[in-house]
Amino acid sequence: MSQILYDVPDEEILPPGHLGCGGCGAALSMRLALKALGRKTILVVPACCSSVIDGPAPFSAAGVPVMHTPFASAAAAASGVRAALDVKRDTDTTVCVWAGDGRTFDIGIQALSAAAERNEDFIYVCCDNEAYMSSGVQRGPAMPSGVWTTTPTARAKQQQRDILSILAAHRIPYAATATVAYPDDLVAKFVRARDTRGTRFLHVLSPCPPEWKIPSERAIEFARLAVAARMFPLVEIIGGRRWRVTVDPPAEPLEKYLEGQGRFRGLVNDAGRIAALRAALDERWADITSGP
Amino acid sequence: MTTKVIEGTHAISHAVQRCRAKVIAAYPNNPSSGVVELLAEMCADGQLDARYVAVESEHSAMATCAGAAQTGIRAFTATSSHGLLYMHEMLHWCAGARLPIVLANVNRAVGSPWNIFADQNDSLSQRDTGWIQYYCENNQEVLDTIIQAYKVAERVLMPAMVCLDAFFLSHTSEPVTIPDQQAVDEYLPAFNPEYFLDPEHPHAFGGVLLNDTYMELRARMDQSMRQALTVAADADAQYGRQFGRHYGLIDTYRTEDAKTILVTSGTAAGTARGVVNRYREQGMAVGLARIRLFRPFPAAELRRSLAPAQRVVVFDRNISFGLGGIMASEVRAALCNHAPQPQVYSFVGGLGGRDVTPETLRTAVDYAVTHETPGADMLWLGLKD
Repeated sequence: MSQILYDVPDEEILPPGHLGCGGCGAALSMRLALKALGRKTILVVPACCSSVIDGPAPFSAAGVPVMHTPFASAAAAASGVRAALDVKRDTDTTVCVWAGDGRTFDIGIQALSAAAERNEDFIYVCCDNEAYMSSGVQRGPAMPSGVWTTTPTARAKQQQRDILSILAAHRIPYAATATVAYPDDLVAKFVRARDTRGTRFLHVLSPCPPEWKIPSERAIEFARLAVAARMFPLVEIIGGRRWRVTVDPPAEPLEKYLEGQGRFRGLVNDAGRIAALRAALDERWADITSGP
Repeated sequence: MTTKVIEGTHAISHAVQRCRAKVIAAYPNNPSSGVVELLAEMCADGQLDARYVAVESEHSAMATCAGAAQTGIRAFTATSSHGLLYMHEMLHWCAGARLPIVLANVNRAVGSPWNIFADQNDSLSQRDTGWIQYYCENNQEVLDTIIQAYKVAERVLMPAMVCLDAFFLSHTSEPVTIPDQQAVDEYLPAFNPEYFLDPEHPHAFGGVLLNDTYMELRARMDQSMRQALTVAADADAQYGRQFGRHYGLIDTYRTEDAKTILVTSGTAAGTARGVVNRYREQGMAVGLARIRLFRPFPAAELRRSLAPAQRVVVFDRNISFGLGGIMASEVRAALCNHAPQPQVYSFVGGLGGRDVTPETLRTAVDYAVTHETPGADMLWLGLKD
């Protein structure tokens, strides 16, 4: 049960007819996000799944204006859109980057950091299906290396950057994590973001059935387990300093999250690595819940 | 109007201020920083009502301009050399997105190894990106061409870059007349695109295409670039009527009866004028055809300019390794399958700011006059053994 109470609006701004797979977390995230943000929104979409999900030209599913951009440039392009709206004295329209995890964590991090440093007035959504990184767990302060490689054939990235801490260090007004399994929490956070000025960052865990190797009807279940296993804590960070947990379901064992996901088949029988992962997650949870 | 003695970078700043650009995004780069430093001051002083975004890289500078232009606002950036190369991906994107951004590029050598002096490889290596390209000879022309570039770009919806030699123009002060704001407003109306990011009329820009439309959109880009030849000529002529200065797409000097015509661009053309005059005093019919508009390439006008000549001597301050001078290759292409067919002598020199003196150019012309055929695809000028 979310600590933030909010009703999900009825109006569908992203209607059916987009190109997302069945169970696509990205499409569902955008559907919920747009309900919160409303039609006075301009989306800036760098190369990511959503570039395709919105539909092939001449169709666009989004229901709001969309600027497609190359991979590394979304935060900068969004800054340009924002500057132009300011020139037009438009203070109502929200500029929202909708980027994938690769775009955010790697190739796009420079422009994102620069925009955050300028406290650019836009929302940046990292729609994370963990598909760019083969094992997409955020690194905590003392994560052991080598824990994350899943199968030998997958692209073995040791650990993701702790993007939330990086952006918190920029002291942006608002940052949060969210996922589709808790739609009221996700919508509430997007509303809170919409009504804040300055750089707002939302890290949204989006289950991806083809990449996670799960049946599409279990997408929500695994997103819920990610939160319960403390793989993906649902938090808010205000002003880069105050962290708080917004949804704290009863804890579930890590094995329950890993089993049933084909992408983790190389990990599920490795008790040693699972124990190391568990310890690291516990340490990170302790850090999150002990802060100011 | 006022006349000031100013360096090339500041001539650009004054032009951009007159053009009422509303979003300026830039990253500092030697020797282009002066452009945006003065623009930032103008914004701070209230002389320019624009949003200035200090981005962290040139790639982001062009992306920010793209976002602004996609939202229907006139945008500008300036860069040089590696900065231009860093935004290469975005140059392609802006042309394909039909965004009429104007960029000032100070032509500076590219590394490795490091060199900050005049050289055209930076912008010429971008010649296939779909950007209109102008090459200027002096600071007055730089100012005038920025204003013309916005008019042309916004008419054909293709982006434009205005190029000037590093240090010879960027950091050399010359008298420059700055037209009155009202006069520029008459010449260059407000940017008013039909399509832009607007929640009242939501569209997606740049979405993935099925294979059945991409080539048609590329054909339209080419068509617009060709249309730009006429638009640029008209814009230049109108500028002449209104401000008293015009330059042409190919700027000819004493070519009407010239048997030998020097073809070059940038500040080397200024040196070439003196060289032409010396030859004329000696009774030799030499002329100069300066390439001012390089993209779209004014092939027909170039052929008309070169028609009297038996010998065309192209001087390139650039090189395509394994091919030769870039403008020479384009001059040859323009002459191919047409009559008359002069001999084309290609010389490359001045790279990395190597000085191009009257002597340098005389060496080239003397060679052409004393050799019936070029003897080589390309010859170096001023190369140390």
